[in-house]
Amino acid sequence: MGAAVDIKLKIKRKDSSDSSFYWEEFNIPFRKNMNVISALMEIQKNPVNANGEKVRSVAWEYNCLEEVCGACSMRINGKVRQACSTLVDRLEQPIHLEPMETFPVEKDLVVNRDRMFSALKKIKGWIPIDGTYALGAGPLISSDVQQEAYKYSTCMTCGCCLDACPNVNSSLPFIGPQALGQTKYFNMHPTGAQQKNDRLSVMIGEEGLANCGNSQNCVQVCPKEIPLTTAIAELNKDANRFALWSWLKR
Amino acid sequence: MQTNTVAPLSNSRRFVLTRLHSLAGLIPLGLFLIQHLMGNALAILGSEKYDEHIQFMLNLPFLLLLEIGFIAIPLLFHAIYGIYLSFISKPNAHVYKYKRNISFLLQRVTGIITFIFVIYHVWALRISPVISGNEINHQVVGEHLANPVMMIFYMAGVLSTTYHFTNGISTALITWGLTIGPSSQKTVRNLCFGLFIILTVLGLGSLISFVS
Ligand code: HEM
Ligand code: SF4
Ligand code: SF4
Ligand code: FES
Repeated sequence: MGAAVDIKLKIKRKDSSDSSFYWEEFNIPFRKNMNVISALMEIQKNPVNANGEKVRSVAWEYNCLEEVCGACSMRINGKVRQACSTLVDRLEQPIHLEPMETFPVEKDLVVNRDRMFSALKKIKGWIPIDGTYALGAGPLISSDVQQEAYKYSTCMTCGCCLDACPNVNSSLPFIGPQALGQTKYFNMHPTGAQQKNDRLSVMIGEEGLANCGNSQNCVQVCPKEIPLTTAIAELNKDANRFALWSWLKR
Repeated sequence: MQTNTVAPLSNSRRFVLTRLHSLAGLIPLGLFLIQHLMGNALAILGSEKYDEHIQFMLNLPFLLLLEIGFIAIPLLFHAIYGIYLSFISKPNAHVYKYKRNISFLLQRVTGIITFIFVIYHVWALRISPVISGNEINHQVVGEHLANPVMMIFYMAGVLSTTYHFTNGISTALITWGLTIGPSSQKTVRNLCFGLFIILTVLGLGSLISFVS
């Protein structure tokens, strides 16, 4: 090891989805502007732990390296964030890396984020444009609405909001804040609004809005700064009306 | 293409329960709490005023119906569902130390303290005197509060109830979709904090006036 500029990593590891967790420490040489991904790459190059034993290299996910793909979310010193945009020299050492345990952990820092993609299917996270004839151009969208929608469109399904939410857990059927933000996003699109009531019926269902307890962690941790709590309050308004009217219409 | 059909309200039990929970906390319980704290504050003005108020309350028509329908049922429903809500969430305010997240934890802690306090308080000063046929007046309450342990218990009860109610107003306005953006939510939170201070001073002041 040697040099005083080594950095210490403490990683919560798991060999496979059905084995148990263990912590392992690594010391790696520091380079300027190093982020958590480049630190993990050092381990990949030379998978030797702090005791000098050769071990299996640490598994984690990444693609874009610029905070747009959402693959590299993990708990860094306890808080969930993107490994690619987290600079090592701004962190307290030893740097603790843990997987997002709200999701099923597959191996080391790799989790299975499927529940967010099935949530998008449940809320019909798309704009329906297929038909048996040409549907023509869609309605115009004002630039105000476009700008508001743009924020929600940047969701990268990273899962930080679910991991920080106290109500996304195994006792509750909650679909999670990401799906709430996307519901608002597709409902505000003039063509997407044709399925507004289908989405609202998910919102008033078992997995929907009722599970949110307004802790507002989601909006604090979202790396894309998506106004999730604004979406939640607006959906509350729409869902309350929708529930009342559908009951009165019965 | 999909049409906008009215979706069946098949599985919305949880949704309806949370909305009723919020409504119960706001309208019957919230209004009663304000009325109760103001009524008790008459003790600050002297024992005659207070005893007059107690007599007025006890002489209300349909008192039992009001107490059961307007207080007991909403309170039991709100409390039992609230305890369920408290235990199914996994508070993480030790990691994410944001204001709203700490309030989220406190809402649950104060709910449980309030529950314990209210059960004891209703037993000691409402149900038990009715059973034994004893009258309630300024002097009896003063003797009840003369024990310092009891006084501290009551102070904790008042503090936890006023916090729970006022923080509850700020989240209820989100539940009902009234405060949508972060800045209106923040304004309401500050107003609710003001109300918390006012109700707490009123409540603690009344308590102290009984023993001074
Ligand atoms: C003394 C009477 C009480 C009053 C006036 C009261 C009032 C309120 C109000 C106004 C809310 C806000 C509802 C919302 O966010 O939509 C609330 C929420 C809550 N109450 Fe109470 N409450 C009382 C007693 C209790 C008790 C005894 C419990 C039992 C533990 C309890 C547990 C809760 C919980 C857990 C919430 C949060 C619900 C959520 O945000 O998901 N409350 N209460
Ligand atoms: S505001 Fe609701 S969805 Fe967001 S973190 Fe809190 S409980 Fe979860
Ligand atoms: S809403 Fe934000 S935190 Fe949640 S999945 Fe999308 S980008 Fe990630
Ligand atoms: S690697 Fe894509 S967000 Fe970090």
